[in-house]
Amino acid sequence: MIQLIYLTVLLPLAGFLLNGIFGSKIKNEKIIGWIGSGTIGLSFLIAVAAFFETLGLPAEQRQHIVALFNWLSVGSLNVSIAYQVDQLSLTMALIVTGVGFIIHVYSIGYMHGDKGFWRFFSYLNLFIFAMMNLVLADNFVLLFLGWEGVGLCSYLLIGFWYDRKFEKITTSDAAKKAFIVNRIGDFGFLLGMFLIFLTFNSLNFNEVFTRANALSISTTVYSFIAIFLFIGAIGKSAQIPLFVWLPDAMAGPTPVSALIHAATMVTAGVYMVARCSIIFASAPAIMTVVAVIGLVTALFAATIGLVQNDIKKVLAYSTVSQLGYMFLAMGVGAFSAGIFHVMTHAFFKALLFLGAGSVIHGMHDEQNIQKYGGLKKYMPATYKTFLVAAIAISGIPPLAGFFSKDEILWSAYANAGFIYWFIGVVTSLLTAFYMFRLLNLTFEGKPRFDEHHVHPHESPGLMTIPLMVLAALSVLGGFIGIPEIFSGEHGNNFHSWLSPIFSYAQIRLAQYGSHTHFEEILLMVVSVVGAAASIYFARYVYLKNQKVAENTASKFKGIYKILFNKYYVDEAYNKAIIQPIFKTSESLLWKITDVKLIDGLVNSTASAIEKTSGVIRKIQTGVAQTYAVVMMLGIVAALFWIIYSL
Amino acid sequence: MIPIEFYLVLSAFMFITGVVGVLTRKNAIIVFMSIELMLNAANLSFVTFSSFLGNNIGQLFVFFVMTVAAAESAVGLAIIIALFRNKLTINIDEINILKW
Amino acid sequence: MENNLLVTYLLLIPLVGALLLLSFKKENESAIRYFGLLVSLAAFVLSLFIYFKFDSTNAGFQFTHKFIWVEKLNVSYFVGIDGLSLVLVLLTTFLTPLTLLSSWKGIQKNVKEFTFFMLMLEVGMIGVFVSLDLFLFYIFWEAMLIPMYFIIGIWGGPKRIYASVKFFIYTMFGGLLMLVAIIWLAVYASGPLGVFSTNLLDLYRVGPTIAKNIQYLMFAAFTFSFAIKVPIFPLHTWLPDAHVEAPTAGSVILAGVLLKMGTYGLIRFCLPLFPQAAIAFAPYISALAIIGIIYGALVAMVQTDMKKLVAYSSVSHLGFVVLGIFAMTQQSMQGAIIQMVNHGLSTGALFLLVGIVYERTHSREIADYGGIAKVVPLFSVALMIASLSSIGLPGLNGFIGEFLILIGSFQSGVLNSWWFTAFAASGVIFAAVYMLWMYQRVVFGEYHHSEKLELLTDLNTREIIVLIPIFIFIVWIGVYPNTFLKLTDAFSVSLLHQVTASSSSLIK
Repeated sequence: MIQLIYLTVLLPLAGFLLNGIFGSKIKNEKIIGWIGSGTIGLSFLIAVAAFFETLGLPAEQRQHIVALFNWLSVGSLNVSIAYQVDQLSLTMALIVTGVGFIIHVYSIGYMHGDKGFWRFFSYLNLFIFAMMNLVLADNFVLLFLGWEGVGLCSYLLIGFWYDRKFEKITTSDAAKKAFIVNRIGDFGFLLGMFLIFLTFNSLNFNEVFTRANALSISTTVYSFIAIFLFIGAIGKSAQIPLFVWLPDAMAGPTPVSALIHAATMVTAGVYMVARCSIIFASAPAIMTVVAVIGLVTALFAATIGLVQNDIKKVLAYSTVSQLGYMFLAMGVGAFSAGIFHVMTHAFFKALLFLGAGSVIHGMHDEQNIQKYGGLKKYMPATYKTFLVAAIAISGIPPLAGFFSKDEILWSAYANAGFIYWFIGVVTSLLTAFYMFRLLNLTFEGKPRFDEHHVHPHESPGLMTIPLMVLAALSVLGGFIGIPEIFSGEHGNNFHSWLSPIFSYAQIRLAQYGSHTHFEEILLMVVSVVGAAASIYFARYVYLKNQKVAENTASKFKGIYKILFNKYYVDEAYNKAIIQPIFKTSESLLWKITDVKLIDGLVNSTASAIEKTSGVIRKIQTGVAQTYAVVMMLGIVAALFWIIYSL
Repeated sequence: MIPIEFYLVLSAFMFITGVVGVLTRKNAIIVFMSIELMLNAANLSFVTFSSFLGNNIGQLFVFFVMTVAAAESAVGLAIIIALFRNKLTINIDEINILKW
Repeated sequence: MENNLLVTYLLLIPLVGALLLLSFKKENESAIRYFGLLVSLAAFVLSLFIYFKFDSTNAGFQFTHKFIWVEKLNVSYFVGIDGLSLVLVLLTTFLTPLTLLSSWKGIQKNVKEFTFFMLMLEVGMIGVFVSLDLFLFYIFWEAMLIPMYFIIGIWGGPKRIYASVKFFIYTMFGGLLMLVAIIWLAVYASGPLGVFSTNLLDLYRVGPTIAKNIQYLMFAAFTFSFAIKVPIFPLHTWLPDAHVEAPTAGSVILAGVLLKMGTYGLIRFCLPLFPQAAIAFAPYISALAIIGIIYGALVAMVQTDMKKLVAYSSVSHLGFVVLGIFAMTQQSMQGAIIQMVNHGLSTGALFLLVGIVYERTHSREIADYGGIAKVVPLFSVALMIASLSSIGLPGLNGFIGEFLILIGSFQSGVLNSWWFTAFAASGVIFAAVYMLWMYQRVVFGEYHHSEKLELLTDLNTREIIVLIPIFIFIVWIGVYPNTFLKLTDAFSVSLLHQVTASSSSLIK
């Protein structure tokens, strides 16, 4: 099965082409939906089979390369379409196809009745195709193909309802913003790739990483490579300062948000950093940058999420915040912890988004949580699964989120220092708070809508069953990554599965000082208790005593306003960067430089010649005698010259 | 013997008269007469030198010049007639279609 | 069929076809159109035949045909093809039938003259790419100006006279400078060679030995002329006018092939004939190229006319090609050559698509459109593919060229600085901005009924037939570029050896 791994990439492509070319002719939604989901389901099965096959092999033999053909071959640049099957890529492939399949099935229900049903599924399949290329690639260029491909699909899917408005802009504006901001990141990624080729004379992962391990190259070069690559990750994974596209990306249909912005695409940056772990590990300064940016983004986004009123916006900022955690993990050297959080986050964030989609669907496209309330009696299944996800994300054991988040926090404390752990814990308290604020305002309490006019209903099975599957995964998914203190000699399974990938990097990193088990358990207890307290506080404020929320909001009006308006970052970018560029291009560059100056120069050369000719032509008087006069003068002059030269 | 300078000066005077006529007169026929005058001035020069240098070629050349003068007058006058038919004037200042 | 006469036949087919065309009656419009199409397709088939017989491991000139023309001056009719010429000749013979097909409904008056001029233009274009004698090259260079002048001037838009005169005089001015340089070079070469010669192969041997100052001047003259054609900033202002006012077929050929003649000239003449000068001037010309990339993109962003937007995007794209040429590494040179082909395909497709909507609504203003995805879905898909190709999405052709150029210039010993690549790479951001913004304003958004938009109908069969071959190549070059890269592989390696041999420290 490992040798057939390329099918996991080609099957979604086939689904894209089938649905794309014939989809408008197929009238039966179920067929389109199941073609789309079926290809992903098959890919998932192949990935599972490959996984078990790899599991059966001893740890040193777990990497296989399945090459298709040579793509680019110029001089020493040799790039193939080839897929690398190893622990990291299989983990990501399983997440992408597994969660992807669940979301595809959900979409059959969610997008029912939409005119562009077939287009939706073909784009979704194209997305999985691109994402699989990204995670399975064995070289940087193929990864970049997937990288840009998911950017394209995200553009197509965010702008799916292309004639709709979205807040003050249109869906197409949001889509364009996503693509452009991503491209800014890609610019950095490209430079990183070029520098890698210059330094290691190859763009193939195995070649680059073995050479990185063997040769001694200056830290400066590594730092440049790492920072360029990280700029790409900042764009793709929505960290500060390039996170502005993700909240606007909520303009797309909710399954899109679930798939692209929670479970898979945004994690591409995390995956890339994990894959290039040795490069980052060789640039300690950049590791710190990664960790700090991750941490600050986590806190920053969490504060914004506290006061948002659109259900999807809260989840969007939550995603940005959780991605910050993943980068924190990467930055402190806990690479497998970061990937672990990618996995658990995929489960509960997709669940949250799909649940939100179910609520939106049931409330007939109302997205403002201030207009919800008491929905748990109308949508019990949605409520229960949403609750599971909220508990998971808050980091309450024994759900998945606890294990992954806790490992990150512990690694932050152990490898980086107290302040990292502290801010991480504060952020997780905020996470628990805004999550349960969302839950309570939506499902608990009394309905704040007119029950006679609005009739919410539970969603059909096609939508609720995927929710339940994801809920189960959120509960059970953490157990494969139980930390050593609990699992004894078995060790952390997830960690040991992934550790050969990061072995080079771990050798590079300085050994962290030994900390006792006691410290680990103490910190764990502190974070869990803190989270539980947040949850209880949220319950208190939003269920029992809403006045507290309103009083706080009015007392700290200024801060509230800033948070509600997301720190005015978009407005700042617009004023400082976008408007100046447009205005300068239009007036200075086009109208003045091009039209007036350069073209003016050309035209004025022409008119100067015209004017000169206008003067000179007056010589032609048309009267023969003037010509004769000139002739005589010429002859006389010639005669004088001849006579004088003799 | 009359010195050669006298003949040459006479020739020069005739020539200059002709040139001035060509350059300043308005009537096309007068211009042609002036051109004839110039040609004859040249003829006089030829004969003078032929006689003083004892070389007959100068006198022979006068025949050429006279033939050319005759032909050129014939053609020129024909052109003037065609011009008159079209523009109803032979005032050179008014024949300036090739003006800028 | 003798091998070495193939190229001459390739030149003769459109020439004879054009002359035969003159005997047709004016009213026989469809016969004229079919005949023109047939002739250009025949030329394409012949060029395919040459492609199959081409030996891609041989870096020299193949299918050469030499014929002494002016004996006293040692000027000969000398043609031949190597990797670079082959891809460009294929591009020319591929695009010409497509443009003729696309003008079926677009050109209504004087069809005979139009087809005649297009075929003569094809002769000129092929001639430029295959001539190996400098005088012959100059003749073909100037020869292709005249049909283009007429095409823009007769069948063009409102400001066509201004645009065509500007185009003609601007390019001819450069050409005359080049003529002076050619004569000077030939005279100078008569010293070492013993005889006045404009034969390219002879001059290749003389070139590197020319004294520095003289070499700089000659290089400047040649480069100035080609720089006008490419165009390199700031000599680009003829381009927006010419492109906007030309009829669709004219724009496609202008963007698709004529602009490549400038870059072809840079590679074929400027680099090998004046290597020291080329290396010395490379950083400055690359700087101009990069200014062109960014400037072209920024000005394209604020255009309101679709065709002008695409015209400025051409300036931006060809900046990449010039950068690739002067970076002088194997990757960048291969990238530049493949990007020449790519640009011809993707910008050609864009002009065809703009022409398609213009034919229906007679408006190129973006403001007149909006939300047309609802009424013309096929067109929207086609425009998306062309736009993605233009912005260099991996998987399509544009990425291959841009990536190779950028990675090549990053390692360039001649340029010796990352800053060139860094600034050039920022061009990918701006390209996405102007292209996607145009796409969004035209295709997405709400559809407002208006008189103009009522006239919009989707692509008809003929238009689909024109676009499909272009899209096939767009995907083919993106997914499996080796087919095309290996044609020019041997050529680029030997060219770079030739150029850097004079300064061996730069060989990479």
